[in-house]
Amino acid sequence: MTTLTDDTLPATPRAMRDEMIVFVVMALLLASVPFTGVYPFFVMQALCFALLACAFNLLIGYGGLLSFGHAMFLGTAGYCSAHALKVWALPPELGILVGIAAAFVLSIITGYISIRRQGIYFSMITLALSQLLYFIYLQAPFTHGEDGIQGIPQGHMFGVFDLSKPTVLYYVVLVGFLAGFLLIFRIINSPFGEVLKAIRENEPRAISLGYRTDQYKFLAFVLSGTLAGFAGALKVFVAQNASLTDVHWSMSGEVVLMTLVGGLGTIFGPVVGAFVIIAMQQYLAGFGQWVTVIQGSIFVICVLTFRRGVIGEIAHYFRRSL
Amino acid sequence: MRATFKGTPKGSGTGSMQALYAQLLVGLINGSFYALLSLGLAVIFGMLNIINFAHGALYMMGAFVAYFLLNLGGINYWWALLFAPIIVGIFGMILERTMLQWLTGLDHLYGLLLTFGIALIVQGVFQNYFGSSGLPYAIPDQLKGGMNLGFMFLPIYRGWVVVFSLVVCLATWFLIEKTQLGAYLRAATENPTLVRAFGINVPRMITLTYGLGVGLAALAGVLSAPINQVRPLMGADLIIVVFAVVVIGGMGSIMGSIITGFALGVIEGLTKYFYPEASNTVVFVLMVLVLLVKPTGLTGRAA
Repeated sequence: MTTLTDDTLPATPRAMRDEMIVFVVMALLLASVPFTGVYPFFVMQALCFALLACAFNLLIGYGGLLSFGHAMFLGTAGYCSAHALKVWALPPELGILVGIAAAFVLSIITGYISIRRQGIYFSMITLALSQLLYFIYLQAPFTHGEDGIQGIPQGHMFGVFDLSKPTVLYYVVLVGFLAGFLLIFRIINSPFGEVLKAIRENEPRAISLGYRTDQYKFLAFVLSGTLAGFAGALKVFVAQNASLTDVHWSMSGEVVLMTLVGGLGTIFGPVVGAFVIIAMQQYLAGFGQWVTVIQGSIFVICVLTFRRGVIGEIAHYFRRSL
Repeated sequence: MRATFKGTPKGSGTGSMQALYAQLLVGLINGSFYALLSLGLAVIFGMLNIINFAHGALYMMGAFVAYFLLNLGGINYWWALLFAPIIVGIFGMILERTMLQWLTGLDHLYGLLLTFGIALIVQGVFQNYFGSSGLPYAIPDQLKGGMNLGFMFLPIYRGWVVVFSLVVCLATWFLIEKTQLGAYLRAATENPTLVRAFGINVPRMITLTYGLGVGLAALAGVLSAPINQVRPLMGADLIIVVFAVVVIGGMGSIMGSIITGFALGVIEGLTKYFYPEASNTVVFVLMVLVLLVKPTGLTGRAA
């Protein structure tokens, strides 16, 4: 199997230090957004997608598994959180937990089914499973079909933080994103992450070394799905609705695109990719279906000439892992 | 119509039985499209090692080419059956020459991503000019009307689609499994380097194979135009169902693809009759069941 990323430098202390510096710079930049006059809604939206793309990247970039159905975790967590907040009137922190729990359960079930096949079949199975869920949500009463769940109350986080204030909401979303990002960073640099990379590079060899590769892939799938669910739960507070768009296959495709643009298997790539794609959608919103055409073209260009992605190219240039 | 026949199907009058046959026929028609599309996917995967995500978009193009031929060129359905697959097939071969061929040796995933991008471009362009609504395409005069078979009323066009698709599927099977050309093709699938050493132009064969697979998709598009109308997104959801069909049947065998395609169409039709709420999802549920019982798919080989 040819590798997805050619820069598989070992996680030396120096590389880790570099990555932590970049992380701190990113966190400071993001924390200063409310003082710069940038539209916070845009950044919050991008942060949710960035977390989703990072979770997706954990699976493809480090496990070599291309899921074409990650929208199902985003959408499921979104629907469940929204339902918990609106109908059960739970406080925000519990609403988020409900969403994460739903994505956790879903990823266990779908992981158990899809891990049975490899490579291209895995992609097709995850896509089919997410389409199955799409039709279920289309018909289930609690999702309100085409209308979605709307007018979700934002409430007070931990009874203190008023999420209806944009700045407060921004920092809550930012903290959520950074926590998720650090967790993924930790997973990638753990012994578990190293085994995952070994499986990506050469699965038969990993098996011969005594690793139960299916269990590693399953755990990676569950972690990735659950974190994607966390992104979906956060997104509910930003968008204040949960709709079928979040479960549709085109959303799964967008996540793939974000990660591809930023760089598969890079730590910061998915974040950059998410900001690029969300910004593009924002600025090109008036062009109707041409946005789809442009997205398709980016796919084609990335695959043909730019497989490392933005961060991957930079990392390759500086011979660093980022 | 759906709601009316929900209740007790067993032992009810002829009206209900007619509805059952009607749904079976719809199932067979959908099965024809599944078979034609999964057959093309299997042929392409065999030679190019690519899952052609653009298959649904090219199916849609087939229908649109037929529509343009009729409305701009005055070329009727019968010629469209011939020309639309050729035109779309040539378009596909251009795609293969300009883009897909550069992916040789890379991970399978890049082929999926590239063809997904192509699908987005093609669908986006058509959506931009034609919106999301359907354009009508009339049934050709020779196939209008229907006949009474005694137990049901058969619209001739629908019967034609099933019979013609079956013939095309079997012809493709014959071409690949029983002819000299097919033998080259199968050999090149197994070991392209060796076949090249025998003096056979394998890259050209790969291009032609992609053209053939894409042509089959376009043919399915022309066949479906009078039934389902011509819509830019007609292939987008269909391709996901076809992926599930491919997972169930496996891509190892041509005949397997054909049989699985028709069988799943019929099962879907039966579901529409007995439990319409699940008709959208039944293929996916079956996929899950097959994966749980026999993870390698029905035709065996491990991926």
